[in-house]
Amino acid sequence: MKRRDLLKNAGLTTLGLAGLSPQVKAAEWLDPTPDPGAGDDKKGDKEFEQFGRTDYEKQRDAKLFKEQFFNKHELKTIGVLADIIIPKDQYSGSATDAGVVDFIEFMAKDKPELQTPLRGGIGWIDAQSNSRFEKKFIDLTPAQRIEIVEDIAYPKRKKTGMSQGVAFFSLMRNLTASGFWSSQIGIADIGYKGNVANVWNGVPEEVMKQYGLEGE
Amino acid sequence: MPDFHIKEAPKTYDVIIVGSGAGGGMAAHELSKAGAKVCLLEAGQHYDPADPKYITQLKWPWQSPRRGASTRFRPFGDFDAAYGGWDIEGEPYTTVPGTQFRWFRSRMLGGRTNHWGRISLRFGPDDFRRKSIDGLGDDWPIGYEDVAPFYDKVDQLIGVFGSKEGLPNDPDSIFLPAPKPRLHELMLKKANKRLGVTTIPSRLSILTQPINDERGVCFYCSQCSRACVAYADFSSSSCLCKPAGKTGNLDTIYFAMAREVLTDAKTGLCTGISYIETQTLEEKTVRGKIIVLAASACESARLLLNSKSARFPEGLANSSGVVGKYLHDSTGASRGAIIPALFDRKRYNEDGVGGMHVYSPWWLDNKKLDFPRGYHIEYWGGMGMPAYGFGWGIENINGMFPDRNGNKREPGGYGASLKDDYRRFYGAYIGMAGRGEAIAREDNYCEIDPEKVDKFGIPVLRFHYKWSDHERLQAKHMHETFERIIAEVGGIPLSDTPKAENDYGLNAPGEIIHEVGTVRMGKDPKRSALNKWQQAHDVKNLFVVDAAPFPSQGDKNCTWTILALSMRASQYIISERKAGNL
Repeated sequence: MKRRDLLKNAGLTTLGLAGLSPQVKAAEWLDPTPDPGAGDDKKGDKEFEQFGRTDYEKQRDAKLFKEQFFNKHELKTIGVLADIIIPKDQYSGSATDAGVVDFIEFMAKDKPELQTPLRGGIGWIDAQSNSRFEKKFIDLTPAQRIEIVEDIAYPKRKKTGMSQGVAFFSLMRNLTASGFWSSQIGIADIGYKGNVANVWNGVPEEVMKQYGLEGE
Repeated sequence: MPDFHIKEAPKTYDVIIVGSGAGGGMAAHELSKAGAKVCLLEAGQHYDPADPKYITQLKWPWQSPRRGASTRFRPFGDFDAAYGGWDIEGEPYTTVPGTQFRWFRSRMLGGRTNHWGRISLRFGPDDFRRKSIDGLGDDWPIGYEDVAPFYDKVDQLIGVFGSKEGLPNDPDSIFLPAPKPRLHELMLKKANKRLGVTTIPSRLSILTQPINDERGVCFYCSQCSRACVAYADFSSSSCLCKPAGKTGNLDTIYFAMAREVLTDAKTGLCTGISYIETQTLEEKTVRGKIIVLAASACESARLLLNSKSARFPEGLANSSGVVGKYLHDSTGASRGAIIPALFDRKRYNEDGVGGMHVYSPWWLDNKKLDFPRGYHIEYWGGMGMPAYGFGWGIENINGMFPDRNGNKREPGGYGASLKDDYRRFYGAYIGMAGRGEAIAREDNYCEIDPEKVDKFGIPVLRFHYKWSDHERLQAKHMHETFERIIAEVGGIPLSDTPKAENDYGLNAPGEIIHEVGTVRMGKDPKRSALNKWQQAHDVKNLFVVDAAPFPSQGDKNCTWTILALSMRASQYIISERKAGNL
């Protein structure tokens, strides 16, 4: 949002605040705020934008970016699963379009308790693929992959021998959703309209009507 | 060759304040403006939410590689304006087996006020005299009428929005206009009206109108927990320490971890503070005529208990033995729900202010209930900014509802239909939390651990805290209320009713971060450490102005009362100094 828009929206133009007031300084700072929208979220190990890190945090993040947890095969498997969970559709791109693989790689380093469930889960799904089709999961045909996913994507089905796969798939589903919906692509898709300077004037009238709240 | 000499600044200050949170910031503000030469010791680093190097406000989740997930250092998420947390490297605390306590600390200018919820409630007349009402705990040595003029001044100095309601035990402040409710808040208000649960505009220290040239007004990003570039919300760093610094009378020393309050063996009066410079681990001393502790309830108690001498063998200001005792946190219990009527809602920006726009102050009479003290209810919900954790656990929810065509589905899933579920459910979640009054008890306490020290060599605290049935039955009542509210608003709870074996869903002690009571004030020097001016009974030039002096804390958050009482104690220091008594 541009400075003058903030001032206008915040109703400050008539207040005659001094040129260096915190509001004006805040408005100047707000100028380069990016807009959410479609874009490539893939950051790889490129530097993230500064976002108020302490020295301790900068050092820790730099160290995590230098490390690599998953190998190429594992990263590829994560990508295939993530796109099964959140595919491209008429409204937005897929999980991998939104950078979910890089995100999961980072989270495995940031929260080490995720490492064994994820690495072991990939091992589980490869073993399952091998026993059914004598191939690793990523080398299966799309139809074969879905045959396995159908057995682990529905926790209530409780198919014998599948419970560990169900737990892994639930974790993958949740991490994929976190990574996708918090990306630029995901936020544009979900329709979140905030994170900008504005003035709140209450629920829009048509929404009040829709919910029978006129006069509340 | 390393220099083991203890470094001493030659200057003697009029006042040394330990801690820069709500209590310390207010004391620094009042005393430096009155002309006193003040030294403020802060264990952490400098912080200014308008300085770009600290700003997290209005950042997008993808600017954090962990998309805003929590870390050990930022347990409330990667953008939260609190440096420290429950578990600080090199600064441990312990608990007696079979008891529990969680201790949140912020190591930065302004302390925990940088990220707090800005819920700014006055205590009511009954909150100062609970023992007279129900026989439990203790009355305060002061009443509402003693604090009211200072609440007024705090309202005017700092700013709080709300609505005039005239409730008997939830006194009105001098309010700025309150923001209008969000959609889910209107629905809750309407449902609660039918249930008889009072629901009114919240009372938060956020500027909806300008109050001076030093602070801007709210631009409704809902991110007060990230601290505000326009200083439109209250934090001690922005609203008290910064203007105090402009007087020229305040020296702030960062990275100064207080170890001991020094006293003169002959007079028994305080003479200064010995502290560890945390970056170099060097011990230093600063001298002052008056000592004001505001290190947080438990840190202030720890400092007093660690200040042992031949004259004060049980620790300073502790001839009564109460220091560390009567520790109590607010109770907490919470519940989430989903409202099918809100599926596929129209998208618009409803960020609003940082926190709820409506809340429910305590609305019942404890004489008719099986627990002695009340609670208030806070609410959340709406179309918030997605971040780490978004949609987590959808496999427990999406099977509850038929799809758009009315077909029943299995929970879990994948693919286009799953992707659509997230869109459909967005903004349909609500939640509510009770925050209640616990009873202050002698056998809930912190003490010095006989074995452990922190990385600075300072003996650490050991906690001993257990809930009683007073708190458990209150939490049970909270959940019964939540279930009635959720049903009335047409929602479905997202978890089962907590059972007795889980303390009816009570948060662990400490988790609400409203710990108070450890250096309590009172009329009787045998049963309290401080007098009604928060001055130590045993040492006249020692004051405590954080929440440690609170004999009880009502069903209100403690910050507004810390501020009012710190202002009151500071005015007392000024008048006593002028009268030559200090």
